[in-house]
Amino acid sequence: MFRKILLVLAGVLFTVSAFAGNDKNSIQIKGSDTMVNLGQAWAEKYMEENSGDFVAVTGGGSGTGLSSLISGTCDIAMSSRNIKDKEVALAKQKGINPFEIKVALDGLAVVVNPANPVSKLTLDQLAGIFTGKISNWKAVGGSNQKIVVLSREVNSGTHVYFKEHVLRKLDPNSKEEFAPGALLLSSSQAIADEVAGNPSAIGYYGMGYISSKQKHIDVAQNEKSAYVNPNIDNVISGKYPISRPLFLYTNGQPQELIKKFVDYILSKEGQEIVVKTDFVPIIK
Amino acid sequence: MNLRKFKEFFIQKLILICGLASIFFVALIFLFLTKEGLAVFKSLSPINFILGKSWYPISEPAQLGILPLIFGSLMVTLGAAIISIPIGVACAIYIAEIAPLRIKEILKAGIELLAAIPSVVLGFIGMVTLVPWVKSTFHLPTGLTALSGSIILAFMAMPTIVSVAEDALYSVPKSYKEGAFALGATHWQTIYRVLLPAASSGIVAAVMLGIGRVIGETMAVMMITGNAAVIPQSILVPVRTLTATIAAEMGEAVVGSEHYFALFAIGIVLFIMSFMVNVTADLFLHKRNR
Repeated sequence: MFRKILLVLAGVLFTVSAFAGNDKNSIQIKGSDTMVNLGQAWAEKYMEENSGDFVAVTGGGSGTGLSSLISGTCDIAMSSRNIKDKEVALAKQKGINPFEIKVALDGLAVVVNPANPVSKLTLDQLAGIFTGKISNWKAVGGSNQKIVVLSREVNSGTHVYFKEHVLRKLDPNSKEEFAPGALLLSSSQAIADEVAGNPSAIGYYGMGYISSKQKHIDVAQNEKSAYVNPNIDNVISGKYPISRPLFLYTNGQPQELIKKFVDYILSKEGQEIVVKTDFVPIIK
Repeated sequence: MNLRKFKEFFIQKLILICGLASIFFVALIFLFLTKEGLAVFKSLSPINFILGKSWYPISEPAQLGILPLIFGSLMVTLGAAIISIPIGVACAIYIAEIAPLRIKEILKAGIELLAAIPSVVLGFIGMVTLVPWVKSTFHLPTGLTALSGSIILAFMAMPTIVSVAEDALYSVPKSYKEGAFALGATHWQTIYRVLLPAASSGIVAAVMLGIGRVIGETMAVMMITGNAAVIPQSILVPVRTLTATIAAEMGEAVVGSEHYFALFAIGIVLFIMSFMVNVTADLFLHKRNR
């Protein structure tokens, strides 16, 4: 029995050391939940073509990814927002030099339950709903039901982006906030599930999560402009009003293995994967 | 001989160190928590922190008022207590006094199994079964409410309450029971008038330990209470608890920022709350032993 335990222990130690020894061939990627599926798709294809290299992708939110980059626990941070000045300053303090690479575009889809009669909204109406000023679906042409506002947690780049672009309309002096009664869910999947099961809910997430269980809302800049559907063509043409760039951050200019991986992402092949995961490529 | 003495001395000291280590770690944790948590009060008065009504940690300037979070935690805990205490104590009475031996064994194993379910699993099950049920039963706009959290947490508090309360009932001297029977009391009268009062301090301790577990629980509540930072007006609205706030936001908080320190300060508040609960439990346990 004792010898068996020893054997197992030795086995575990061996695997651990084998992985540790592989450090030079492995990349740790962490960050935006929006980009997890995309990152994993890149990693899988990349590893298929470059056996021997190892790429690990985990989520947690843009803020989580950037703080790991700053503390040196990951090689590449995925972020759905620009790095904040505060974070750059902190990184410099720790001798880390964040380098920004734009890798894809993303449209933020606003979604409701398919049973909800509302199918188009203006940015002003969206701002009203998410700040809590509009609290009944009746006010925007729906049935007489209380609106259940779903948002991501504050560690999400999507949360920050939505607040700045929709609630505050890019006005730096604006003090608009999400309604205090908004439910903060910890993942885009949780929002997708709640919207699918709740006829009075409204939420938002990256286009990658769109499925037939939710209805995505056509959005117009204002009452006079056309209502635009969140799809790849409309995001590329710039017609869809809620779209954003997606970034990778590395410590300094990418070198060696990281450069190889980033080059792969920016190649035609890498950008094809972007389309396959329902995001929008930066290179056509 | 000398060698033996030395060995004895060595082992004694080693055990002593192990014994002190746990206290040492608690002290270290507490020191770290205070050091990081109190830093937030350089820029924010404790009164504004505790009684502030809005929690917008990443806005400029950040609004760091935890009153809604405290109420959220209390609401969920209270709900869980109301559900778990009667069921838990009744279950303990049944196991200790009434159940035949075989059923007793099955029940005890079942309760231990309940304790073994990881909280994230309970949260997940709650999310797909309980949340829709709460929504449709009470005709609510959403099922992610304090009530859903309370029900799941009641399941988590139950094993603690049942096993400690059952223990307390067992340790009531047999002569009490025999005396009651001799006076012509029925079984129920004996339980209600003699056993329960005699074991009361142990039962209170059981309840307190159960509540202590509930206050500190994070994962399950984060998944099913909706996490909206408003002061709850009823148990049927979404709430945000202290624990869920720390868990959800620690990843984002920039180390050394006001938000980061505020999360540690929440940690202190939580520490004080569960410390008080545990001390109360301890007081009652000691009362029983005396």
